[in-house]
Amino acid sequence: MISRRDFLKNAIKGIAGLSIPLSVIEIASPRKIFALNDVKAGVRWAFLIDTHKCVGCGLCVKACKTENEIPYDANVTRTWVERYVHLKDGRDFADTPKGGRDGFTTSKIDLGEGHYQNIDEKDIDKAFFVPKLCNQCENPPCVQVCPVGATFQTPEGVVLVDRSWCIGCGYCIMACPYGARFFHPVLHVAEKCTFCYHRVNRGLKPACVDACPFGARMIANIKDPGDPVTKIIMTERVNVLKSEYGTKPQAYYIGLDEEVR
Amino acid sequence: MVHGELWTVKELFVLPNEYIYWSIQIVMYPFMTGLVAGAFVLSSLYHVFGIKQLKNMARFSLVFSFALLPVAMMPLMLHLQQPQRGIEVLMTPHFTSAIAAFGIVFSTYGIIVASELWFVYRKHFVETALSLRRKADKNPLDQVKHLFFSALTLGAYDVSEGALHQDEKAVKILAGIGIPVACFLHGYAGFIFGSVKANALWMTPLMPVIFIMSAVVSGIALCMLTYIVVMEIKKFNVRRAQSSASNLPTSEAIKGIELNEIRITARYLLFFLLFAISLELLDLIFRGYTAVKTWDILRSVIYGKDFTDIFILQYGVGNLLPLILFLWPRLTIRRALVGVIFVLFGVFMMRWNVVIGGQSFSLTFAGYMHYHLPIIPRNWETFKEGLAGALMVAATPFILFWIFSKIFPVFSQDAEELP
Amino acid sequence: MKGHVWRPLYAVICLVVLVLAARYFMVPKDFGIYERGYMYGFHRKSAEDYWKAFKVKYQFNTDYCKDCHADKYSIMQTPHAIIHCENCHGPVLDHPSDPEKLTVDKKRELCLRCHYPLHYPTSGRANIRGVDPEKHNPGIECSTCHNPHMPSLEAMK
Repeated sequence: MISRRDFLKNAIKGIAGLSIPLSVIEIASPRKIFALNDVKAGVRWAFLIDTHKCVGCGLCVKACKTENEIPYDANVTRTWVERYVHLKDGRDFADTPKGGRDGFTTSKIDLGEGHYQNIDEKDIDKAFFVPKLCNQCENPPCVQVCPVGATFQTPEGVVLVDRSWCIGCGYCIMACPYGARFFHPVLHVAEKCTFCYHRVNRGLKPACVDACPFGARMIANIKDPGDPVTKIIMTERVNVLKSEYGTKPQAYYIGLDEEVR
Repeated sequence: MVHGELWTVKELFVLPNEYIYWSIQIVMYPFMTGLVAGAFVLSSLYHVFGIKQLKNMARFSLVFSFALLPVAMMPLMLHLQQPQRGIEVLMTPHFTSAIAAFGIVFSTYGIIVASELWFVYRKHFVETALSLRRKADKNPLDQVKHLFFSALTLGAYDVSEGALHQDEKAVKILAGIGIPVACFLHGYAGFIFGSVKANALWMTPLMPVIFIMSAVVSGIALCMLTYIVVMEIKKFNVRRAQSSASNLPTSEAIKGIELNEIRITARYLLFFLLFAISLELLDLIFRGYTAVKTWDILRSVIYGKDFTDIFILQYGVGNLLPLILFLWPRLTIRRALVGVIFVLFGVFMMRWNVVIGGQSFSLTFAGYMHYHLPIIPRNWETFKEGLAGALMVAATPFILFWIFSKIFPVFSQDAEELP
Repeated sequence: MKGHVWRPLYAVICLVVLVLAARYFMVPKDFGIYERGYMYGFHRKSAEDYWKAFKVKYQFNTDYCKDCHADKYSIMQTPHAIIHCENCHGPVLDHPSDPEKLTVDKKRELCLRCHYPLHYPTSGRANIRGVDPEKHNPGIECSTCHNPHMPSLEAMK
């Protein structure tokens, strides 16, 4: 049997040993190697969605896929539209057939595995469409968990993926509470909505914003008090998705129902 | 087909981008690293705490731990969408991510095990190198072996009492340092899941501890299993060579030592097993009691969809049955063998229930995803992310162990005299 | 402790040096911590340029098509004025040089996106007139009777 003295000696050695791997992390920290670039951008992109106006036509999804080269037939999308139906008897249904890519052309709710729920219009209390996309969170959990620095946030708040550096581990996809991320079906790296960064940098609007015939989608520079959309966000009753996760999402919703997931 | 679509079936309201992205290889990865950590802790029980009765088991589990190390890399390389970029985890580690810790922890641990092995086997390397050097006519294989073993000595040919004593001290220190590193190796794997706030099942501070405990359990169980199998081979060989007079121990003597070591190891196995069970039950009870927003969907997964996987397979076969088998007095080798097989199965099911279970429900909390493991490999994707790939990963440590035992002898006569 | 016990440490040091050397060659020079800090801004700076340079496909410029396709601008006096040309005809890219012709999608499914009737209370969808596609001239393209650029049959009378 080991003596108390030896046990203590070995325990101390063990604890000392534990501190070694931790100190290696400190010495190797890139923070000590690279200088911090403290530039404050005058732009912070935010999104506004008016769920009263969305009719579920899905033209935004189609435009996004074309603009951002996501294969039309692939069952992934940077943005999508959900349908919620609340019945008078209290039951709720929701679906998003192919992400709303082809619009909603049936009143039947897609339940998956080939099943459908017939809905009689007179049973409906309220029903509506909710477009969703990456929220370009102020505290993006997806960026936090990237092991190699392949995804990052620009000063304007847009979260991008470095396609040549991503190792395809999928941690960022698991970490996103909103389901905004996926693997690009052709490039096999992480992919997500970029607020059409290539368009907004040229003074254009994101493809989905322009495509929407009903003006349900709007983009705003939230740092510009003169921006008309910013004014709406500041003065009207808006809500965000899953605020309990502390991600501080920057996609705001007008008319966000309690049932929306 | 997008990645994950092949083996995912969606039910009710699931978001368009949701698939089971982390499949069987991500189940295998914590399982294999758990075996690594557990095997090392077992070997350290002898080297650090001086439990002399575990000497054979300790040496064996140290070599096995080393054989498991490269295998821990395999599931990750098979899973990555860009495996050739895997080295980036060492090049630009982003330490806010638990996965980035992998590079450092894994390397540190590998270095410790390799160094410890070197000190344990240095005398063997020196003797083999010298005997090969003295050999008059060397065939090409002998030449290669000579070079190899000479290199392994790292030029330290002093095998005097004093030098060997220094080796023993170094082994003790390394084994001591190695325990927290082994815990870190598997603790961080638990942290990878436990820190994902987006996943209602994974998010709990208990996850790293649960993972460590069940890792140690699996490591001990695996070493016991392989030890029993190897002892059976030894006994078989002895019985076959009964006619020739040899100084090898008799079958009965082997069995005696074996039973003693198994009984002692089983006690440690039981301790960690009980600890692991307590933590998991605590987590489950806590969730049910606090019943937060996500409890509805989790309950339907835990008590409904995955009931068999969790309660029958993991808790029943994997925990309860081994508890009974090991607690019953007068443990026999046969009962221990059945017990450890069940334990290993239980630990595997735990990883399965965490990884796959956590992806069984949608982020909407109003839909489900069903996982269909690809059985027949039809192409590279169904091989690497299917049953075939998992079996390949499971089999490799044994192959590696067989190769390593040629360099680090575990059960030969010379091995008996090593520290 | 003296002597041979330090040998493995020397081997480890060689390994670490090798890794650091590999790092020097493999990591792009502009990889570092930028505006958003280590947690959110650790990346290769030139990755931003990749996205800035990404090709723009849609113009979504209402006046772009007027010079050549003025006759189609009757759409501006109809409820279809809110639909950009590119929504139905695809992205303009470098048309008319490349592609020479844009698609004209005449499938019923395109019209059904809005015109499948869903009278959902609280949704703008309830305000759009629609038809049951299985009862209303099934199998025939909508544009056979309805000109998308002047869709109202009543107005044509």
